[in-house]
Amino acid sequence: MGTIAKKTGTLLLTLLLVSAMAFLAFQIIPGDPVTKILGTDYTPERAATLRHELGLEGDLSARYLRWLAGFITGDFGISYSYMKPVRQVMQGKLAVTAALSVLSWLLVLLFSIPLGIALARYHKGVFARAAATVNQVFMAVPPFFIGILFTYLFGLLLKWFVPGKFVPFSESFWGCIGYLFFPALAIAIPKAAKTARLLVSSIMGEMQKDYVRTAYSRGNSRWMVIRTHVLRNALLPVVTYLAMSLADIVAGSIIVEQVFVVPGIGRLLVASIASRDFPVALTIVVLIAALVVFMNYVADLVTQYIDPRVRLS
Amino acid sequence: MIDTHNRTFRAGAVITGIMLLIILVGLVWTPYDPNAMNGAAKMAPPSLAHLLGTDNFGRDIFSRVVQGAGATFLIAAVSVAAGLVIGVVLGGLTGWYGGWVDELLMRLNDTLTAFPSILLALVLIALFGSGKYNIIFALGLLFVPTFARIVRMEVAKQKELDYVRSARLMGVGSMRILFVHILPNIVPVLLSTIAISFNNAVLAEASMSYLGVGVQPPDPSLGRMLNEAQSYLLSAPWYALSSGVAIVLLVLGFGLLSEGLGGETDA
Repeated sequence: MGTIAKKTGTLLLTLLLVSAMAFLAFQIIPGDPVTKILGTDYTPERAATLRHELGLEGDLSARYLRWLAGFITGDFGISYSYMKPVRQVMQGKLAVTAALSVLSWLLVLLFSIPLGIALARYHKGVFARAAATVNQVFMAVPPFFIGILFTYLFGLLLKWFVPGKFVPFSESFWGCIGYLFFPALAIAIPKAAKTARLLVSSIMGEMQKDYVRTAYSRGNSRWMVIRTHVLRNALLPVVTYLAMSLADIVAGSIIVEQVFVVPGIGRLLVASIASRDFPVALTIVVLIAALVVFMNYVADLVTQYIDPRVRLS
Repeated sequence: MIDTHNRTFRAGAVITGIMLLIILVGLVWTPYDPNAMNGAAKMAPPSLAHLLGTDNFGRDIFSRVVQGAGATFLIAAVSVAAGLVIGVVLGGLTGWYGGWVDELLMRLNDTLTAFPSILLALVLIALFGSGKYNIIFALGLLFVPTFARIVRMEVAKQKELDYVRSARLMGVGSMRILFVHILPNIVPVLLSTIAISFNNAVLAEASMSYLGVGVQPPDPSLGRMLNEAQSYLLSAPWYALSSGVAIVLLVLGFGLLSEGLGGETDA
């Protein structure tokens, strides 16, 4: 229990550092948003009111603490472009990105583990070798290019979905999942290829160990050895990797949302950066970074839970 | 030492070599002027006259892909080189001297790893604006922690070894030991990191330019071409396919090189 408390402490400290760093980064941008928003309507009184509304009063540390207190309670500040609370601007978009990411993560899980096991089981076969080569190529294909290929093939040629015509969750649950399927797959393919590759090398590494030789000497077949002895050890690094890749997938959706015109926080982030709407950009950046830190923490705990060696030491 | 005879490494070397050759030739000669418009041959499918067809302005796509690949490669090369030099110096010094500066930089490093690289690149673009030079700057900055971390770790390991101790006893200066004695020994580790960074740089540049916050017109880039090509998917699918495949080949080549050198496959 002591280690969990310590890890949680580190987690909180890292979250604090990450938020401070992101906040600071967006503060060093030159230019005063108040003068920019007011433009020709500028009067000192209006400027003072707006400055107060946007939370731009006081020195850096005061602003940071005020922003942090707001952030924790779900008040993310006010968007410069829309002059509405960031929370309202993000309304519904967070859920879309979350659905896309979770769907994509499940696809990674679904493909990578069986593929990795099969590649390791038949590693000398012609078919497995060919598949390993194809896998290597898939690792190198950027998700947005797969997305464009899908748009062409499944959207324009086969007309399985209408590119750019997102079906909102409220309209039809399955319609929404159906539209998100292709972007999710586009993100999942290279990630699944990498995960499968990791699993193969993890299994191959385990196969060198003494206990495997012992298992063989008792007359087990290669498959039996993999299934009953090797797999549970070989899956350890893969589980950690999978936990951490959820955050990667969210980051990947920033680009893929653009390809499929999915109204998630990724598109919002790119738009907010292009229009210099920094409160929105800052919120999304901190949310994603916090997710990364948190998933690393979860991965750490999971490893500890399933591996007694780590648990005891 | 480095095992350069494995198949992964060779496959990577061949793909990267061919791409480099095409890029180098493209610097002095392309079949057509990449920017020459030809009203008579708009959206022409691939043919002998235009190997990869033409785009919406009748420009030769092969010439444009060669030019775009060159630009993307150059951006990746300069940013990786910048990250490498700064990272090696920073990592070397902190690994050698240790102390609170070392502690501080490592904490900073840990915090930075919380941001996925595409996110960091986007933040830096938000801070400094888009365009070719800002992309190089942002990516270069992105690679500093990667190299610094590896060099620091290796230097900390090597400085306890006998050859370093004897060099010290012989009165060799710190800087000389660090950069003349130790550095050559960590080159193998660095090489695979350089390859994977190249891989990431190409991907990041292509992604940013695709999103429209990277390289701006009229500068060429594979990502930007892919973005343009998406509007003409139905009438000219070869446009998207050619620029996309060029990205894949660059990424694949460097990925295989890195793996062949014994590095990570993912970063």
